[in-house]
Amino acid sequence: MSDIINLTLSALIDKIKKKELSSQEITNAFIARAEKSKDLNTYITTDFENAIEKAKKFDEKGNFDYKLPGVPLAIKDLFCTNNLKTTAGSKILSNFIPSYESTVTQHLWDEGAILLGKLNCDEFAMGSSNETSFFGNVESPVGKKVVPGGSSGGSASALAAKLTPATIGTDTGGSIRQPASFTGTVGLKPTYGSCSRYGIVAFASSLDQAGPMTQDVSDAALMLDVISKYDIKDSTSVNFKRGDYFKSLSSNIKGKKIGIPNEYRVDGMPKEIESLWQDGITLLKNLGAKIIDISLPHTNYALPAYYIVAPAEASSNLARYDGVKYGYRSEGENLISMYENTRSEGFGDEVKRRIMIGTYVLSSGYYDAYYLKAQKIRRLIKNDFDEAYKSVDAILTPSTPSSAFKIGDKTDDPVSMYLNDIFTVPVNLSGLPAISIPAGKDKNNYPLGLQLIGKAFEEQNLLNISYSMEKELSFKNNLQDWWIK
Amino acid sequence: MSIDLKTIKHIAKLSRISIDDKKAKELEKDLNSIFEFIEALNKVDTKKVDPLTSIAETSLKLRGDEVKTKNIREQILKNSPDENKDFFVVPKVVE
Repeated sequence: MSDIINLTLSALIDKIKKKELSSQEITNAFIARAEKSKDLNTYITTDFENAIEKAKKFDEKGNFDYKLPGVPLAIKDLFCTNNLKTTAGSKILSNFIPSYESTVTQHLWDEGAILLGKLNCDEFAMGSSNETSFFGNVESPVGKKVVPGGSSGGSASALAAKLTPATIGTDTGGSIRQPASFTGTVGLKPTYGSCSRYGIVAFASSLDQAGPMTQDVSDAALMLDVISKYDIKDSTSVNFKRGDYFKSLSSNIKGKKIGIPNEYRVDGMPKEIESLWQDGITLLKNLGAKIIDISLPHTNYALPAYYIVAPAEASSNLARYDGVKYGYRSEGENLISMYENTRSEGFGDEVKRRIMIGTYVLSSGYYDAYYLKAQKIRRLIKNDFDEAYKSVDAILTPSTPSSAFKIGDKTDDPVSMYLNDIFTVPVNLSGLPAISIPAGKDKNNYPLGLQLIGKAFEEQNLLNISYSMEKELSFKNNLQDWWIK
Repeated sequence: MSIDLKTIKHIAKLSRISIDDKKAKELEKDLNSIFEFIEALNKVDTKKVDPLTSIAETSLKLRGDEVKTKNIREQILKNSPDENKDFFVVPKVVE
């Protein structure tokens, strides 16, 4: 059984297709391990009985030509799942049972995957450490009392702890890539418009994007093949010609031009990360890529602009939680006090902070000074990338300015928490695809990631470069299973 | 600039979130430190820059105005916080 949980997604699929393993054996193995891993607090809702039933059905008369034939998957609790509680990590949705399925998860089930359950995340995906969830902190398998990152913290932790062979998260400012970096896993944020946002609990609609979190780059390509599709139900879904990502993987990157942005050398960045980045550059050179120094001059303004744009959109999106049609309701003497009490009790502190910021920057008299200003900065940041892509094919940076930190270390100071996303946020503001791959470890043996940023809609290029790097890096997490009961 | 307690209470009102004085003071501290960080944007001259409103700068696609799902009243009402099975119910609004 320990063999099963150690297999990559593509290796599992191979064994299922060859009938060397049944869907039931695999599903049972991951469920058994999840039962022993409750201390990590990765799951908000499990659906194990149904999963076993579906696995049995698959083994009896499943279609082995599917891309994910009988493969059990746990997913972030931000995707609406028909008839299964979907909370977004919030008290205000703690009793919400959707009557419809998100497009992205529907694609998984249509290709034969089986839902194991819903994974913990920061409340409404607002957080970088999974400490804002109403359902409690998630521990990372890389170390005791260490955060898995966020907001897809439950997904990253479950994946690294081998409770699911792969998973999907969402990324608004780094919520796939930062936790992937913290847990020694691969996280891909596709180009804005690649994966449908339909049925994903909305945070900041112009930035939100779903994407794969996997053990290696091949698995990310495979998952992207399944979830990247045009969808009429999402008005910002883009109808471009998608690649055959998994089949087209190639490790030949000779002549590829890789940009190194000077502005990502920030003050106080640990030496380990600086040398990790340097090693990445050397590796790319050895693989035949051309290294080119570039400048992204407005990088420093990305995070402050993000903290106007994202809260502004969040304050509008979260206006729907009023205790009337679904979710938690508190009592009040009249309609207004019912609204106010419901939202005061239903939302956690970080969500309230962001709603307040958003309301303020959109309020009468402040719109031009903040929201419009931020949108102009956003243009400048995107222009920086457009300019850089005239001379390079992709950009290499560290994924995060530090490795994983301890639970509680940054909760008192919102700004220090926000700084975690300094390298990931510019990508969301510009709508670009980016991937974080595990590239080394720090002195505490915590994983460190490198980020590759690509041109819009050129995920294949990004996957190929990271695929070729991954082969040479041969990163291993070597977790000691200390959390197993 | 700084955001005072009165403004905090006004934003809370606009946000439909009830807060007590203790919470308002906490938020005053947090929001001021966040806005201090945001003020960095003022260093950039953006007079001649067009705002970027959406990354996917395409016009929205039109689709026919057709009913796709019917008879889902029960489904829609099943998550209602009130027990009424025929309507969404809110506290009395008119006297």
